Amino acid sequence: MAKAVRAEPEPELEVPVPVRGPERGPIKLRVNGEKHELWVEPRRTLLDALRDDLGLTGAKKGCDEGTCGTCTVLLDGKPIYACLRLAIECEGHEITTIEGLAQGGELHPVQRAFIEEDALQCGFCTPGQILSVKALLDENPNPTEEDVRRAVSGNLCRCGAYPHIVRAALRAAKGLAERPGR
Amino acid sequence: MAKVVKVQTEFEGRFYEETIVVEGTEVEPWAPEQPLKLVGRPVPRVDGPEKVTGRARFTHDVRLPGMLHGKILRSPHPHARIKRLDTSKAERLPGVRLVLSHQNAPEIPWFRGQTRLFDTTVRYVGDEVACVVADDEETAEEALRLIEVEYEPLPFVVDPERALEPDAPRVHESQPNNLVNGEPEVYERGDVQQGFAEADVVVEGVFRTQTALHNCLETHGSVAHWDGDSLTIWDSTQHVFGVRFQLARALGLPLHKVRVIKRHMGGGFGSKNQAGKYAAIAALAARMTGRPVKIVLDRFEENLATGNRPATIQTLKLGAKRDGTLTAIFHKSILNAGAYAVWAPSASGPTKRLYACPNVRTEDWAVFTNLGPFSAFRAPGYVEGTFALESMMDELAKALGLDPLELRLKNYAEIDPITNKPYTTKGLRQAYERGAQLIGWAERAHTKRARSKGPKRVGFGLASQIWGGSGGPPAYALVKLNPDGTATVVTGTQDIGTGTRTALAQIAAEALSFPLDAVEVELGDTQWGVYAPLSAGSMTLATVGPAVRAAAEDAKKQLLDVAAQLLELPKEGLRVEDGHIATPKGERLPVAEVLRPLGNFQIVGKGARGPNPDDKNVNTFGAQFAQVEVDVETGEVRVEKIVAVHESGRVVNPLTIRSQLYGGVIMGLGYALLERRLDDPRRGLPVTPTLETYKVLTVADVPEIVAEMVDLPDPEANPIGAKGVGEPPIIPTAAAIANAVADALGVRVYELPLSPDRVLAALRGAQAKKDEEEGEEGEAS
Repeated sequence: MAKAVRAEPEPELEVPVPVRGPERGPIKLRVNGEKHELWVEPRRTLLDALRDDLGLTGAKKGCDEGTCGTCTVLLDGKPIYACLRLAIECEGHEITTIEGLAQGGELHPVQRAFIEEDALQCGFCTPGQILSVKALLDENPNPTEEDVRRAVSGNLCRCGAYPHIVRAALRAAKGLAERPGR
Repeated sequence: MAKVVKVQTEFEGRFYEETIVVEGTEVEPWAPEQPLKLVGRPVPRVDGPEKVTGRARFTHDVRLPGMLHGKILRSPHPHARIKRLDTSKAERLPGVRLVLSHQNAPEIPWFRGQTRLFDTTVRYVGDEVACVVADDEETAEEALRLIEVEYEPLPFVVDPERALEPDAPRVHESQPNNLVNGEPEVYERGDVQQGFAEADVVVEGVFRTQTALHNCLETHGSVAHWDGDSLTIWDSTQHVFGVRFQLARALGLPLHKVRVIKRHMGGGFGSKNQAGKYAAIAALAARMTGRPVKIVLDRFEENLATGNRPATIQTLKLGAKRDGTLTAIFHKSILNAGAYAVWAPSASGPTKRLYACPNVRTEDWAVFTNLGPFSAFRAPGYVEGTFALESMMDELAKALGLDPLELRLKNYAEIDPITNKPYTTKGLRQAYERGAQLIGWAERAHTKRARSKGPKRVGFGLASQIWGGSGGPPAYALVKLNPDGTATVVTGTQDIGTGTRTALAQIAAEALSFPLDAVEVELGDTQWGVYAPLSAGSMTLATVGPAVRAAAEDAKKQLLDVAAQLLELPKEGLRVEDGHIATPKGERLPVAEVLRPLGNFQIVGKGARGPNPDDKNVNTFGAQFAQVEVDVETGEVRVEKIVAVHESGRVVNPLTIRSQLYGGVIMGLGYALLERRLDDPRRGLPVTPTLETYKVLTVADVPEIVAEMVDLPDPEANPIGAKGVGEPPIIPTAAAIANAVADALGVRVYELPLSPDRVLAALRGAQAKKDEEEGEEGEAS
């Protein structure tokens, strides 16, 4: 049986600043192309910083220990579990959350495909699933079904939308291939 | 006029005598052959855009100015008395605003008075002891470690069979024994002894099923906020009106001072049918601190304290004539209810009613133990009971040399065996036929020979499903027509992820003859909404759908009245067509244009759910078929294919219904193969309370699933002709897989999950038996 862990190696992180804390201090985060300055304790996770300090609640806290994938965001384009990363580690990196996907009021093709294929029920895992699929398609525009399964195997869905998620990912890939430039 | 009637209602497969209020809104049912424009179409979810953009607001996402965070201290002992509790150090930690415990909280009875909000006796690992409320979660967690508690450990029991012994430790001192309700629940029809005496063949087996955890991805939680003497609670719940009722009672508030809101919810599966202690604690803490309070359980707490599918030990005995006709069934279940129970779980539902059998006796022994309390979990009892019953049916078929499908058809119930009433519709025969075709049932002997190689053995199995899902009164809806030709549907139900918003939008738009995007559905708010029951028991659509349709028909009638007067035309000739008023002259005028002279106003249509038929049973049916490959060297079971064919009346949305079918099958598959809570019996401690240790299926574990509905509009059930589908697809999955594994191996595994060790043990057991028999034969010769 597959384990709920991500198979892809995670991007290397560099911490460009000396050790800080334990008191609150300033950190700079770049999220969805915008710069933010936060005042947080070093122990604050990226997930809590996004949800509580920036009000970006699209990333969810399903377990807070790297086992469910509902907190998935992109760090420099690669999917990570935001609950397993401290906010201060993410300075100098580009973070993309689900809120940053739709452009100019238009849904991203992966988002559209999730609606069209009904690749969701309660919707709690959906932001993470979508970001995992987006990261896959950015890297591999023409994935096989197996590639898709591997890419989202770190995102649990308790409602069991898996077959529709796979279908949505393949549909989005097809749509993107037919519409170059995105 | 509202009428008060006494009825027998079915909820989650059990019958209750209830006094209910019924309002007759006479609406002609949609006839099965009537062409419909929106109902029956694969309409994408209306809240899809919110959910794919992260805008959908869940309880976890609610943040209010000045909001505090609560964290609960839980018992580390399975049974203990609190001798001393000192919260002073925790209270002194900067950022801590309140510590609640039995010392300063009101004595609020919980679980039918079996305990209190904060009790001085704790009865399972995870029972609530205190709650810290602080500026942030981290501080609250730190403060929990500063609370000093001295416990006096008490004798405990976690094994339900041990709990039934007269000298077993008692979970509740005030009770004479450890049985929920004090005695087993017994059902009997006919004469079972005589039935077994008449049988040509009798088969018997003991089945065990595991404790399963819901693991909703959104953990349980609430946010409480007071405005003067009015309380607003955002709660991750399947029942906003239920939480309102329960909290008003707990806090001594009138109902109109409590508002419960739930816009979106990250899964419930039965575990969010009632208010949790965290909701009441958040409300109390918010009142005492004068600030909003949020309590969200972590994954660990979620798996200790929010319910489970209780473990069972089931003894099942079937008697039949040589031709397969059942003559008697005996079914005894022992169910591990855990420390508290507001109702007694039962596994005997399918045994009582799936097959026509004149002599049936069932006994459900629901037992208190010092483990986390059970709760409803997607078709409670029916999943467990169907595993045992359908496994035993296959053993009977084997003993009689009959095809398992033939045996089931031989005992097909044409009328409900409990009530002796006919069904409004029963599509089980069609489900069997279609499913058999899709899995290749007739060719399976050939497939097995062709596909089994080396240690890999291929097998096929099937299982059947019966469930309620009729829904029923009371439930209400309003449809508000705006002068611009849009409509707002308001009802107090909730969408728990099943697609209720979408289905209700389709029904309202269909009844109004409005385009779908002119209709908005507002749910999940007790203050705006009108009463609707909990979203459980597969009853939401069949309960609320007819009320919404009635409200929409009422609004349409009023719209035509108004339009006739404005247009100075006879009402009889006017129709609404796709958001337009159509006149006898063939004109099509937009509703907004017709209503323009009236300026700013509203038409309010009102609808209620009418009664269910008196003389018929409303049930849902289905059959699932599994194809598996078992490795006899490693014991691993690989499911290759599941075919699921179900009948739940009219299909309102084929796209979202397929999601529900997949979801049920996948959850059933995890239950069959993987999921189990493990407990340490020496310490009374669950040892798998995380998603690392309690495995739920990932996408990589899911085989080919073919899911279909027998679309059988049921006009006798209710005016929309639909029945529920949330629970049916999980019911037969584990049983079908278990039967396929038995078919592959020639020997049965009687315990779930069907893990490799159990498969190998069953094979070893069969081999040992064979060796022994051969040895005896050798001695005899």
